[in-house]
Amino acid sequence: MSDFIALWPQSASAYSGRLDLLMWVFTALVVALSAPVFILIAYYAWKYRAGRKADRSDRVNRNTLMEISWALIPFILIVALFVWSTRMFFTVHQPPPDAMEINVVAKQWMWKFEHAGGQREIDELHVPVGEPVRLSMASQDVIHSLYIPALRLKQDVVPGRYTSLWFEADKPGIYALACAEFCGADHSEMTGRFIVMEKPAFAAWLEQAGTDASLAAEGEKLFRDNGCSGCHGPAATVKAPDLEGLYGRPVPLADGRTVTADDQYIRDSILLPQSEIAAGYPEIMPTYKNVLSEDEVMKLVAYIKSLATPEDTP
Amino acid sequence: MTANPPSDPNAGHTIRSWLLTTDHKRIAVLYLVSVTFFFLIGGAAAGLVRADLLTPEGDLLTNEGYNRAFTLHGVIMVWFFLIPSIPNVFGNFLIPLMIGARDLAFPRLNLLSWYVYVLGGLFTLIVLLVGGVDTGWTFYTPLSSMFSNGHVVLVAAAVFIVGFSSILTGLNFIVTIHKLRAPGMGWGRMPLFVWSHYATSIILVLATPVLSITLVLIAAERLFGLGIFDPASGGDPLLFQHLFWFYSHPAVYIMVLPALGVISELVAAAARKPVFGYSFVAGSSIAIAIIGFFVWGHHMFVSGQSMYASAVFSFLSLAVAVPSGIKVYNWTATLYKGNILLDPPFLFAMSFIGLFVVGGLTGIALAMLSIDVHVHDTYFVVAHFHYIMVGGTISAYFGALHFWWPKMFGRMYPLTWGRITAATIFFGFNLTFFPQFILGFLGMPRRYHVYAPEFQTLHVLSSAGSTLLGFAYLLPFVYLGYSLVAGKRASANPWGARGLEWTVPSPPPKHNFVEIPTVTGRPYDYPIDKEDSR
Ligand code: HEM
Ligand SMILES: [Cu+2]
Repeated sequence: MSDFIALWPQSASAYSGRLDLLMWVFTALVVALSAPVFILIAYYAWKYRAGRKADRSDRVNRNTLMEISWALIPFILIVALFVWSTRMFFTVHQPPPDAMEINVVAKQWMWKFEHAGGQREIDELHVPVGEPVRLSMASQDVIHSLYIPALRLKQDVVPGRYTSLWFEADKPGIYALACAEFCGADHSEMTGRFIVMEKPAFAAWLEQAGTDASLAAEGEKLFRDNGCSGCHGPAATVKAPDLEGLYGRPVPLADGRTVTADDQYIRDSILLPQSEIAAGYPEIMPTYKNVLSEDEVMKLVAYIKSLATPEDTP
Repeated sequence: MTANPPSDPNAGHTIRSWLLTTDHKRIAVLYLVSVTFFFLIGGAAAGLVRADLLTPEGDLLTNEGYNRAFTLHGVIMVWFFLIPSIPNVFGNFLIPLMIGARDLAFPRLNLLSWYVYVLGGLFTLIVLLVGGVDTGWTFYTPLSSMFSNGHVVLVAAAVFIVGFSSILTGLNFIVTIHKLRAPGMGWGRMPLFVWSHYATSIILVLATPVLSITLVLIAAERLFGLGIFDPASGGDPLLFQHLFWFYSHPAVYIMVLPALGVISELVAAAARKPVFGYSFVAGSSIAIAIIGFFVWGHHMFVSGQSMYASAVFSFLSLAVAVPSGIKVYNWTATLYKGNILLDPPFLFAMSFIGLFVVGGLTGIALAMLSIDVHVHDTYFVVAHFHYIMVGGTISAYFGALHFWWPKMFGRMYPLTWGRITAATIFFGFNLTFFPQFILGFLGMPRRYHVYAPEFQTLHVLSSAGSTLLGFAYLLPFVYLGYSLVAGKRASANPWGARGLEWTVPSPPPKHNFVEIPTVTGRPYDYPIDKEDSR
């Protein structure tokens, strides 16, 4: 037991510091609200114990004004903290548009991270300081939850939909990363390291972890190998939507709705093609549900994204 | 009052007379025995979990064994101990006595609901014998429906069955409280214990069917592959969480409202004063029951639900704290200028109030969105709900046991032993669960078999506390058991308390009241100014 006992979690971002402040203020408030209860109960139990002489005249059994004040005053104080904490929550749900994207695939019982350049890592996540990072996450099987205590953040990773998490780390170091949603036998071993590096060191790390191809390039290969290009390619004979410039555009559906072609839409179109049919096209696309894994789909999404002309991307 | 007539089943000692009884007091004793049995099994599972957590490597149990131990602990404690405990033991025994009735409205239904409980319990024991289940008591999909290799369908059947027991009891209480109150017992004169059981029964009847349906859906997905929750076949895993928490959040109030009712009785009897602000305390039970139906989404802040929905759920969760706070402040005010007996029931009530306050306030912390994002699914949540359910509900259960024991069995127990037990439970409890708040804030996830070494000290403290706590929970078996054979006979009203149950002999005769009483005053009409004596 080298680290004998820790009493405050490590902190890797400015957000963590702000959350700790909220926690302190909250603690101070609840101590103030509950101390009278503890003190008075003990004091009354002693002062008015049976057999002890004390002034027991003029006892009251009701006092509406008092009732209302001890219901309302704590409530108002707490609502102030509600506003504070909700604003922080909204911040961590609105990633800046220029955030660096990293894909995450969770499965029983490992974390797989994929950087845009195609660098891949398992149970370790390297990120640079001072740069907003957005994790786009999918699960291959059950629900998991990515938890990085040093950032005071976690987000469930839910099969069937993409969830995301963004942060800006500002203190280099090695921190813990864990799965927080119970996910079966080895849940407690679904842990890893979150490594924050200075920018040059990160660039060097990306370099040495270099791969043959970027995510988009790997996606392009999958696009050909799985026969997608047969229908969606320029030489196709069937009527299938052209994917060039699709990403980020509104898509009219056969049932009259219009949706935006975001990551989730593209994923669902590949795995559950019958759920959202683009208007004017026949229902002929086969499902790739049992053919492609979540990380292959993510590569295809990266490829289709790369086909969008930059001005179109939101 | 006359001695028991010979036909009184209280005088019969055959097994048959117990198993066929329709007397609410005897059914209460049947429940007392059966929930105690499950409390011991659930407690043993907790002991395994705590022993395993002594070391970071988790070398006592295998990972699968550990997962089964905490799942069984949760399932048994929630559905086979906490939910039935106070309502089915003390509610059953006391509601007719408190409102001046001869029995519940449907005595046979009452017996049936015990049999249904036992049947559900048998299923649980079978699950235990054939190897257990590894999903956690929350059964999150698709883990439970598609991936788990435990006996999910069997355990779902157990919980499904025991749900009917809850529904039947709830119905019985509602009808009884509406129809069987003695003349003069208006709604404004009902003991607060009865009010809180009324609120609880409403939740039992409205929420339990949702859980039943959800369990059927899991079984259907698991057995027949219907795509309901599993996205691989077009289902939605979050739908499960909505359905589950739509029941289970109100269910936490099923577990705590009866306890709040007990504490109101104990505080008034200890202070020998009416409860301060009777109508606010009664009304807050109903408010908790109603608002409690609209806060389930606070279990899903990091699940990916819309952030606007989360904000609404967060706000409503803060609102539910208001009626809880009212009760606590009112109990404190009740003690002011009281004439306080420091007997075991009151010591349990005091520890209830202290621990419930800590549980409630940390609940507010969890309802704050950005705080919850950090501590959700960590030991902080584990500590929060144990403060409420163990520190709160179980303290109240023990308080009730020590308060009404003389009434139920007609014998006194040694009060000093009761005081020692109350103090040991309080200390052991805090030693077990306070370190878990720190563990959670440090980032220790819950349901972890293996953990980082820097958490060990706090885990060892917690395990040490749980040993003490377990020991303290066993003490009453000794001195309460002893009182049954050698305890001093209890008078009709050993605590000098008010309430119709104290006007009949201890134990009460078969039909409770020889003549149905007429109620002429408000509850808790303790004499003022005159010095009370025991
Ligand atoms: C002031 C009132 C309360 C508030 C504001 C409150 C708030 C919360 C919140 C927000 C959570 C979710 C935490 C998370 O999963 O991240 C939670 C969990 C929980 N609460 Fe409370 N709570 C209160 C009272 C109670 C009561 C009275 C009980 C039980 C009798 C209770 C039992 C539980 C349980 C069992 C869980 C955890 C469920 C699980 O994940 O296994 N709470 N509470
Ligand atoms: Cu996991």
